[in-house]
Amino acid sequence: MQRIYMDANATTPLLPEVLETMRPFLLEQFGNASSIHQEGQQARSAVERARGSVAQFLGCRPSEIVFTSGGTESDNLAVFGSVRPGDHVITSAVEHHAVLHAVERLSERGVDVEFLPVDGQGVVAAEDVRKALRPYTSLISVMMANNETGVLQPVEEIGRIAGEAGIRFHVDAVQAAGKIAIDVASIGCQLLSISGHKMHGPQGTGALFVRRSTRLEPLSAGGAHERQRRAGTENVAGIVGLGAAAEYAMRSDGIERMRGLRDRLETGLLACAGGVNGGKAARVPNTTNLWFRSLGFDSLDGEALVIALDLKGLAVSSGAACSSGANEPSHVLEAMGLSAERARSSLRFSLHRGTSDEEIDRAIDLVTTQVARMRELSVVTR
Amino acid sequence: MTIAVAMSGGVDSSAVAAMLKHEGHELVGLTMQLWNQRRLAGKEGMPEQVQGRCCSIDDVYDARRVAEMLAIPYYVVNHQERFERDVIRPFVDEYLAGRTPIPCSLCNNHLKFDQLLLTARQIGAEQIATGHYARNEYDPERGRWILKRPADASKDQTYFLFGLTQKQLSRTLFPLGGLTKPEVRELARGYGLALANKADSQEICFIPGGDYKHFIDAYLEEQGEVVPDTAGELVSVGGEARGHHAGIHNFTVGQRKGLGLASPSPLYVISIDSERKQVTVGTEQELQRESLRAQRLNWISIAGLEGEMRAQVKIRHRHDPAWATLRAIGADEVEVRFDEPVRAVTPGQAAVFYLEDEVVGGGWIV
Repeated sequence: MQRIYMDANATTPLLPEVLETMRPFLLEQFGNASSIHQEGQQARSAVERARGSVAQFLGCRPSEIVFTSGGTESDNLAVFGSVRPGDHVITSAVEHHAVLHAVERLSERGVDVEFLPVDGQGVVAAEDVRKALRPYTSLISVMMANNETGVLQPVEEIGRIAGEAGIRFHVDAVQAAGKIAIDVASIGCQLLSISGHKMHGPQGTGALFVRRSTRLEPLSAGGAHERQRRAGTENVAGIVGLGAAAEYAMRSDGIERMRGLRDRLETGLLACAGGVNGGKAARVPNTTNLWFRSLGFDSLDGEALVIALDLKGLAVSSGAACSSGANEPSHVLEAMGLSAERARSSLRFSLHRGTSDEEIDRAIDLVTTQVARMRELSVVTR
Repeated sequence: MTIAVAMSGGVDSSAVAAMLKHEGHELVGLTMQLWNQRRLAGKEGMPEQVQGRCCSIDDVYDARRVAEMLAIPYYVVNHQERFERDVIRPFVDEYLAGRTPIPCSLCNNHLKFDQLLLTARQIGAEQIATGHYARNEYDPERGRWILKRPADASKDQTYFLFGLTQKQLSRTLFPLGGLTKPEVRELARGYGLALANKADSQEICFIPGGDYKHFIDAYLEEQGEVVPDTAGELVSVGGEARGHHAGIHNFTVGQRKGLGLASPSPLYVISIDSERKQVTVGTEQELQRESLRAQRLNWISIAGLEGEMRAQVKIRHRHDPAWATLRAIGADEVEVRFDEPVRAVTPGQAAVFYLEDEVVGGGWIV
């Protein structure tokens, strides 16, 4: 059975060409980028080349890139590194847990945190950010694209508001990178997170853009790596892979093709789906989040649908995975005002650059058949 | 035909998966995430640290390891909301009403053989296999599915399974029914399962440490509800006041400890009156009952009871069935009249009717 992978927002396959750039640094060129000798210098130069690629990808200077272990660390560094007890932080209700749980921890430590609501499409109103500003606001953190729905936030507008008020602005762009163009200058943010494995790079790699002269408290104590912002020996092979993934994203013209495939998938599935969550908002071109009705007013059990599809060879996701591997109800769909029932019946399909035309057809077939089967069963067992 | 195995991460259900796999069946392993043990940890008398109990990450890890070893697809399904609605909440409410609930039966009726069976069928499995010690078979003569006691009488779990419907029984496999626990451990070892020597689970899975009183307090506090004041009087069978108690949910019929009364002969809880918040205490003699009534019945080996029948009746899990005459009262109630008085008939527990090895049916003691 040829499997179909449509869960790119969880992780994307590593591109073979990216792996090729990494391979030497896992084997013969194994040096520590901080060492004086030739081995070390080779590693250093590879790290700096990658830094240049990532900087170009985000539209910033190489010195403004801090390499991290991934999106979560980038988000944590941005949040914990910017805020002190007594400060005020503005964020949204639909952020990734890497931001949400970080600010929740801050609120236990005497930081005032405000979670902005979203509308029925999952979009934050930029004006709400302005209204939420206080004299002691030290950070605004809003994501660029949502991981569950793909919905885009008005980060440029928020960036303007933050800029006028002189407040630091962090953008979690983990789910935007590789799917839409990112330019930190036009966003006007001081901090921006990306992750390697969401854009066909290796897992365990990420970067935080830190605008020049932005003070940032490091998370870990240790060596003076990454301009004293991230202690610890560089993951040279991983960083090289992230750089190669950024190069690929800049070079590739696959985004519009992906949008076409996503739209076709969405249209095909709407024959059996109840609708698209966040479908009226601007979205990244690879994601569609649909909910499925059973019969009458009942909604379908999304978790069972995901498992059934997996057994048939189609990998998609529902909700957010918790520690045991079971699904937790989605805080994103809840914040959009959707009923728990509808949230439970929602599935996320997220395409990657390797998704083929034929896979779209097969996915539509598989889902349609399975939904019909589950509807039938709901009649029999009632 | 695919079979879904309900895997808890324990020896029994792991052995079931291994047995069926070696018999050549197509399998899918499912573990239900039912309760988050951390939810009440540290609250109101609950332990801070949660041990490896049901639904813990450790047990899921064990189940996953077994599934990996057997090369069968495996999934954790989240049925926490259903569990809270159909097991936790009734459990709390029953105690507050002065009854003694059996969460395992509720879980079997609503989760394992209802929700999980539905999930199993939705993902393409036709049957579900569990590690319960019980036997089921179809009797063509009667045209009914029969539930029978297992080979290992000491592990008999049929008391908790009396609520299974014909439909559920027809789609259920109990592969351990013909084996003893030592044999199951031996099998598990034979299949190379690392957890062959894992300790049996005891007590109620969602109450680590087993202190249900603290659990009720902590749960209600978490729900933002006030623990209702059910404090009242301890009275004798004759009705005279013997002292005070702090709340009826601290008591169960037959309980001896924690009464706080000095008496020359041992005193037991005889009955609990939730309306008057009274707990009646008395002697061993006064604890004896000649009859009981059970409602919300489920019949297995017969379609229903008209008139009377003889059966052996079990009134709690650890109880030797006692001969009695059942008499139908209306459509959904029976009166059970015992040949010899039985000790401590407890409202909220099940009365399960047996004929030899067969479960005839059962109901909830009122």
